[in-house]
Amino acid sequence: MKSVNQRSQSTIPNHVVLMILLFVALLPVLSLLMNSFKSTAELGSNPLGIPQTWRIENYTEAWAGGRYATIIPNSVIITAMTIVGTLALAGPAAYGLARLKLRGSDWITFYFLVGTSVPAQLFIVPLFIMWRDLHLLNTRLGLIIIYCGLSAPFATYLLRSYFISLPEEFIEAARIDGASNLQIFLRIIMPLSYPGFLTAGLVVGLGAWNEFLFAVTFLSDPDLKPISTGLYAFQTRFARDWGLTNAGAVIMVLPIIILFLFLQRRFVEGLTQGGLKA
Amino acid sequence: MALLSQEYVLGVIMEQASLVKDTTLAPVRQPSVNKNLRALGRWAFVIPVLVVNSIVVIIPSIIGIAYAFTDWNGVGAANWIGLENFTKLFQDAIFFKAFTNNVIYTALFLTIPIAVGLLGAYLLAGIKRGQVIYRLIYFIPYIFLSVINTQIWRYLLHPRYGIGATLADYGITFLDFPVFGRSETALIGIVFVDGWHWWGFLVVIYLAAMAAVDIELYEVARLDGATRFQQFRFVTLPSIRSTLIFTILIIFIGTTLVFDHVFILTGGGPAHASEVMATYLYTQAFQNFDVGYAASIGVILALWVSVPIMMFYILRRRGWEI
Repeated sequence: MKSVNQRSQSTIPNHVVLMILLFVALLPVLSLLMNSFKSTAELGSNPLGIPQTWRIENYTEAWAGGRYATIIPNSVIITAMTIVGTLALAGPAAYGLARLKLRGSDWITFYFLVGTSVPAQLFIVPLFIMWRDLHLLNTRLGLIIIYCGLSAPFATYLLRSYFISLPEEFIEAARIDGASNLQIFLRIIMPLSYPGFLTAGLVVGLGAWNEFLFAVTFLSDPDLKPISTGLYAFQTRFARDWGLTNAGAVIMVLPIIILFLFLQRRFVEGLTQGGLKA
Repeated sequence: MALLSQEYVLGVIMEQASLVKDTTLAPVRQPSVNKNLRALGRWAFVIPVLVVNSIVVIIPSIIGIAYAFTDWNGVGAANWIGLENFTKLFQDAIFFKAFTNNVIYTALFLTIPIAVGLLGAYLLAGIKRGQVIYRLIYFIPYIFLSVINTQIWRYLLHPRYGIGATLADYGITFLDFPVFGRSETALIGIVFVDGWHWWGFLVVIYLAAMAAVDIELYEVARLDGATRFQQFRFVTLPSIRSTLIFTILIIFIGTTLVFDHVFILTGGGPAHASEVMATYLYTQAFQNFDVGYAASIGVILALWVSVPIMMFYILRRRGWEI
């Protein structure tokens, strides 16, 4: 990152303010972490401090009470299949929009634009009815299809910008050799753009992992619930036991944070793509 | 969906689509292949996405809009009642409250988080060491699910366990009340939590935009005797204008469609004090089963949201450098 102010200006005032902001960002998270180890009694007497006894039982109880052994695999399956499905849909589409001259590609953009600006609550009820008639209600597959439909436009445009930046020589050479578009896509484009797929996959995956509204509407069977709704149900049932619910929250959040720390560059890239000029 | 929130997706699509409109290659002429068949082959790449997206989003939306003109209640027949839902809506005091709340939400969000985001980004751009760490930590609240955010802040703002109560033990009582239980402060409390969630995202985006600004410009400004604040105002701000506008757009859309945090923190209460249009729609659809009425709210919502989007899109297409 470039430094904008030169050496002659002190950076200490910067650091002071940045530190303050750091605490604002971080302390709430730390409090969640610390409070997840406290018993309810200790929460009453020591609500914001470091735990005096580290009550790991909170975690084992949360694990059992929140049925994490069930909801984690559910989330994993749903998220993984959503990523696969979305990329399978978005990859070819992105290639088509980027490299294959399609008359009406502007219309496609407009179409997606309209679809994305509609509030979810407008179409969630008709969708519910449709899914009921198709027997897709209360199935993981049904939810996965919905997630793919919702995240495909985003993934398409993310991948499109990657494809556009790929060098054209390979493609030209392959075309002259007579390769079909499909072959070019599978053999050349896909291997070359795995960073783009990775980034898109991460963002889509995170969205699916965190998604709440559709999960709570379309999956009511407790054995099928993913983490987001499972946690919500857990929080509602055990609302008074803050130590327990905090532990439950930490379990859900920890994999995300770890994954984020390892792949943060890709995450940030994928999530900020839209705001910057290409 | 928290991260793939609609406003964000919208922004990305518009940015990408409008920026690189005409960079498609002309296919190399392949002799003796049917032209239409080739076109179909190309379209085959795009059709699956269109199909799934249509089934999941577009078609239900059209059906939903149609419901707005009926009195359907989820079961039984749907009778056409024309604009009755809409006239009822315009006389609905709760809806008016919800709409006002959305406007307040937007106004608050467009000022404070953006200001603090710019501040954070500007300060970050000015230091040499530790940028990555700060950036990382600031971004963490953004990747949290709304259920987690609410869990954290409901505790911290709890009348008995939270910061307010603890400060009161030391005699500082101004925070000692149930933030989400009081009508005057419920909405502001929600905005605060949501702002805490979004702020890191803004910092990272602004930082990336600022990093692209030419250092020469700052040199010139400094040689002219500009203070740091003046540099910010006359060099940084104009240079990141398009990013700034992008964030304003997605904030507008996001605060209009906001649902998760409001729903989980207060459910629109107390007594509709923090109701927003999206939660009101939800109540009407899934608790009152007045699907037609809910759909009419949806139509209004979609119309209101599309105003800045259309403006943005049209201006961009005309080549305005915004």
